[in-house]
Amino acid sequence: MASTETTEQREFREYCSAWLIEHKPPPTKIPLPQAAYEVTSEDHRSYLVDWQAKCYEAGLIATDVPKEYGGHGHDHFQQIASTEVRRANAPYFINWIGLGMAAPTLLAHGTEEQRKTFLPPIFSGEEIWCQGFSEPGAGSDLVSLQTSAVKDGDNWVVNGSKVWTSLGHFAKWMLLLARTDKNDRYNGITYFIGPMEAQGVTVQPIHKMTGESGFNEVFLEDVVVPDHYRIDEVGKGWQVAMSTLTNERGAGTGVGAIANSESPFAAIEQLIALAKREKRNGRTLWEDPVWRDKLIKLYERTEAATQNFRRLGVKELNGGAMRIPLQGKLTGSELGQALHQTALSMLGMKSSLYIGDPNAEEDGRWALGYMNTYTGTISGGSSEIQRNILGERVLGLPKTK
Amino acid sequence: MAQPKDFGYGEEQEMLKDSARRFMEDKQPLLALRASIKGTEDPYFGESRTGSYDKAVWNEMIGLGWTALAVPEAAGGVGMNLVTAIAVAEEVGRAGMPTPLTSTLQSTFVLRESGTDSAMSWLSKIAEGTSMALAIYGEDGSLEADSTDITVSNGKLNGTSWYVQDLQKIDSLLVAAKDEGAVKLYCVDLKVSGVDLQFDRIVDLTRDQGRVTFNDVSAECVCEDGASTLQKAMPALLTLISADIAGGCEWLLQATAEYAKVRTQFDRPIGFFQAVKHPIVNMMILGDQTRSLVYAAACAYDTDPDNSHKAAHLAKSSASDTAEFCANRATQLHGGIGFTWEHDVQIYHKRVMHSQQLFGDGIWQREKAATYF
Repeated sequence: MASTETTEQREFREYCSAWLIEHKPPPTKIPLPQAAYEVTSEDHRSYLVDWQAKCYEAGLIATDVPKEYGGHGHDHFQQIASTEVRRANAPYFINWIGLGMAAPTLLAHGTEEQRKTFLPPIFSGEEIWCQGFSEPGAGSDLVSLQTSAVKDGDNWVVNGSKVWTSLGHFAKWMLLLARTDKNDRYNGITYFIGPMEAQGVTVQPIHKMTGESGFNEVFLEDVVVPDHYRIDEVGKGWQVAMSTLTNERGAGTGVGAIANSESPFAAIEQLIALAKREKRNGRTLWEDPVWRDKLIKLYERTEAATQNFRRLGVKELNGGAMRIPLQGKLTGSELGQALHQTALSMLGMKSSLYIGDPNAEEDGRWALGYMNTYTGTISGGSSEIQRNILGERVLGLPKTK
Repeated sequence: MAQPKDFGYGEEQEMLKDSARRFMEDKQPLLALRASIKGTEDPYFGESRTGSYDKAVWNEMIGLGWTALAVPEAAGGVGMNLVTAIAVAEEVGRAGMPTPLTSTLQSTFVLRESGTDSAMSWLSKIAEGTSMALAIYGEDGSLEADSTDITVSNGKLNGTSWYVQDLQKIDSLLVAAKDEGAVKLYCVDLKVSGVDLQFDRIVDLTRDQGRVTFNDVSAECVCEDGASTLQKAMPALLTLISADIAGGCEWLLQATAEYAKVRTQFDRPIGFFQAVKHPIVNMMILGDQTRSLVYAAACAYDTDPDNSHKAAHLAKSSASDTAEFCANRATQLHGGIGFTWEHDVQIYHKRVMHSQQLFGDGIWQREKAATYF
């Protein structure tokens, strides 16, 4: 596709694509959930961990990470591998929090020992990570978090609770933010590697509006965290967390395929195909100019996302380093939601049929997917918070506290 | 199908874009525009408005080689591609500059697609500084390439062409005319006898427009197969005007963001309030989508013709909707001052909304794009 590729890059691309064709696993008996954060069954877990381990071994994960930390030591190969994984429509990587958030955070802020200990099992999927940021009283206003960590010799004693913890039920480690100083809002937060198997940790599933579980509430009661599990200095947690969130919002370079669910391109193409078969009043929806207009508008937005990503590679056309990257999470999640709303509207009465109904279109996946798009527009900083961040950091508008 | 990842936008393009931007900032075209339209404000009692522009600035632009930019080297031009041309068009839009440059670039791409000897000789004239606009619309403003009301017989043009852009600024026209049903393209010097010009009174202050009536005008045929040539050039026409919109909307975004930082109400700069902040961010998001699609469309035209029509319709679809949204929010968020003649927001507002309709709005573009699915 890219004529500006070097020979090495082209060879690596060909290698990835050939490897994926040969090794892509057969589908599971019960279909996988639409996104990695919804995986709950043990069968799916072991299938996905096995797949991630194979990809890691083949060099598709941690491609650009230095060898001493378990990576493959290449330069600028990760994006090629990630693109090929998406293109192959291969299963997602279950340890997406580990790959997308924990690894970049440890690479940027971890100690040498932490990197050597924690990174390889993140890449292989052997140790699943979850994120412990949000609390019942701290959502969009994350800095008001109350979980406390009190120093006790060489350890910290942690008390509090975390919520919306995706993969908490499988996780061995948590990216844990805890308050170490009650009197300093921003500089009173410290970042830890939270041991999920330690005494005092209780994981309780939360059911979503879809009926699925997948995320959890995590209670921390006198949990002992050794000081060498602290990431960066005491009181630096907020700054470190912001760099983690940058990765969550699609701005980071990543160490593996970040996409943990299907691409919007697949969705719009399915929608247009649906319009060509779905009928009202004896004609297909595609024969109706109102529907064509709506669908092409969605295609245009999808294409714009791809071309924004392409424009990132041309610095001079970016209008500032963070301008396009910080839009990714906001526009991607809102586009996904619009695509699903449109699918339901196209299905008409059929959209009422849910998973398990024999007449449901694709076993109710559009209704399920629609409800799950709120994960994107609410978590990791809601769309409203994203607009604040963009207005303040990119356009220099006054801060909304 | 091999498109360069970087849209073909390299150092050369960046240098040109940067110098175009500095040139136009230096000329302060809106100050000159305001001076020239003083007294024409009132639509009922004001003086009649002329399509004013600074001829000396235009001569400087010719001297910089901008009319020669996309003219093939064989015709004495620089032979640059569409990505290079839109880099300049975007800056023209950002400056809100009254100039026949965009029309001339559009004519250039049509003549390039034609490629006949006569087309090449008109391209040489453009390279030397002859400006040109397209006369392809009929009275109903229909957007199909073969909707002209001009007829031709025995080499003579007759009839009226509508909505011709920059009519008071240009030297020549590229005319679509029907010869017993077949559309052919002609080039005409505006000064030849039998060409009658009537100037429209339009909303956009940075442009001018009019009707051209031909009475037995002898003209040189530059293309026998006009319909398919116009069709081939259409992606370039759409992308150039979309780039102009992208530039204008970036100005509207920056002006509105700056205003929201300094205008204080309820003891705070209004940009503090999310009801103001969020729509400004939405202006940026739409503008960025348009900009990315515009560069993608230009690159498709330059390197991937099979996909160029779809890409250009998507770009103009996005640009048209972005124009409408940014014009609307910019004026609304500026409040009372944005509604006045005095503030420059109104100038950009009108320019991008004029551009929204040129070659078809978003609804039109999406219907065209749908034929590629």
